[in-house]
Amino acid sequence: MNETAQHIASDGEGFTLVDEDRRAIAHERDHYEQPQAACIEALKIVQRRHGWVPDAAIPAIAEVLGVGPASVEGVATFYSLIFRQPVGRHVILVCDSSSCFLNDYDELLEALSARLGIGLGQTTEDGRFTLLPVCCLGACDRGPALMVDDDTYGPVAPDDLADLLEGYA
Amino acid sequence: MSVRRYHCQLRQSATERRADTHPLTWRLREDRAMVGLDEYLDKGGYAAAREVLGKQSPDDVIATMKEANVRGRGGAGFSAGMKWSLTMKGPGIPRGYLVCNADEMEPGTFKDRLLLEQQPHLLIEGMIIGGYANHSRFGYIFLRGEYIEAARALSRALEEARAAGWLGNDIAGSGYDFDIALHTGAGRYICGEETALISSLQGHRANPRTKPPFPGQSGAWGKPTVVNNVETLCNAPAVMRHGAEWYQGLSGSLSEDGGTKLYGVSGKVNKPGLWELPIGTPGSELLELAGGMRDNRALKTWLPGGGSTGFLLPEHLDEALDFDTIGQLGSRMGTGLLTVINEDQRVLSLVRNLEQFFARESCGWCTPCRDGLPWTVKLLQSLERGEGEQGDLDMLDKLGSDLGPGKTFCAHAPGAAMPLQSALKYFRDEFERGIAHPPHPVQANPIPAGEA
Repeated sequence: MNETAQHIASDGEGFTLVDEDRRAIAHERDHYEQPQAACIEALKIVQRRHGWVPDAAIPAIAEVLGVGPASVEGVATFYSLIFRQPVGRHVILVCDSSSCFLNDYDELLEALSARLGIGLGQTTEDGRFTLLPVCCLGACDRGPALMVDDDTYGPVAPDDLADLLEGYA
Repeated sequence: MSVRRYHCQLRQSATERRADTHPLTWRLREDRAMVGLDEYLDKGGYAAAREVLGKQSPDDVIATMKEANVRGRGGAGFSAGMKWSLTMKGPGIPRGYLVCNADEMEPGTFKDRLLLEQQPHLLIEGMIIGGYANHSRFGYIFLRGEYIEAARALSRALEEARAAGWLGNDIAGSGYDFDIALHTGAGRYICGEETALISSLQGHRANPRTKPPFPGQSGAWGKPTVVNNVETLCNAPAVMRHGAEWYQGLSGSLSEDGGTKLYGVSGKVNKPGLWELPIGTPGSELLELAGGMRDNRALKTWLPGGGSTGFLLPEHLDEALDFDTIGQLGSRMGTGLLTVINEDQRVLSLVRNLEQFFARESCGWCTPCRDGLPWTVKLLQSLERGEGEQGDLDMLDKLGSDLGPGKTFCAHAPGAAMPLQSALKYFRDEFERGIAHPPHPVQANPIPAGEA
């Protein structure tokens, strides 16, 4: 997370859509019959830059798409991978669906929580990790599985966590 | 690092896979890298699309798909040819969309990932054929946001296909124009539901809507829209290349349904994984391929195709894994990826886990689903702690039926009801043991005054 993002995180103001993102959103818009369709991608573009989607970003996105802010807000609050509060530098998504559940998910989550000192939905004090649950990751033949940022791992045993997390500073 | 990155894998080696018996996977590489355009072309890729666009009418394509009886591999099992025949098309009707449902999130399902990551050109070819048959103007691949590797593979393949003239205007000199965009999601299981997927594609909350009108009549932006699963579309090239009779023959006497299926097994087995096998292969054969149960624990029960299918017993293992047979047993084949539960594992706890999943993933649009699922979870949690009350099982029965078909816009709640009701049917004793001992009976006789 850069300084801008930390500034937004602290007071929720001072948000500006950078030109590059504005262009990327406008480009996405052209893939569809109506601009509203680019809404989810626009939120993801903002999130890629800032780590999360602050309230002040909503009217800015709405303006580029030419839709009302409520149409963007409604979407932003629906999808689980759009973060509406600051998250850590790395997001851990732990699969909690059936196959992982049957392959000792409980033990993995307990070990993760103990190591990080946080529960699901929380961020470590140093701002390094956020821990979230996720739907079946489609890695059921190697459960229990989890993702750290863009990387999927499995099977993950409690003893693996030290090595695994070390790779994410 | 000792922890392995996840890299999906078919359990069959190259020597076991042949073009005439494994239409979905025979081109896959031993090193599990993506099959690029050159390799795909070397292995007969895009020949079916060339043949279809050059020589056949859209109606011919639909007739062949119908005859082959390719049934929807996303779990519903509806005939793809029939679906295509119902798409509105003709003079005065605007050309619409072909959407590939690549929002794989069904608990226990990991099959589309393999095709998307390792053989994206097969999907693109299937979409060209599907787009042509349905007079579609444009295609979308709706991919779940977490499938990062699949997004990379698809982006590369789409670029390659466009550069080689397999996408864009006048494909292979046929006069047919068609292109595909990749649309990645941002979470929520409900996006896999056909009409919710269209809502999400249009940039709205993923609420399903009532049918009719069916998407084939009025879908994305009010245009005729066809939504097919990844595996379904990946079957189209081989069907068009080798014909309906050949496709039907793949399953031989095992099933009325045609073709092969990507089957899988997960849970505590020795070799969990994926196999391409004739549709109708029995579960017992799959379990054997998966090396049997881990630690020699006995099989207690199994889910035939994801979290929204009903539990079956070991005695059902010899039945054909196809849509009709599993349906007649009171479950659904769903995605065809088995989840197995051993004798030490509690069905009650697994059902609680599944209902928590469905409660969290409900979009909240319909009351039975929004309110009934959290209520179900609360009852299951108290039973799990041994703090259930008399009447809880009756209430779960009632909730199961209130969540059932016909009471909500989409199949999310009925899908949640299926494991619940089947568990109550087969493993009722586990639920009953969760009821706390009843308090001492009420003292019927009044205590005489002065004795207390």
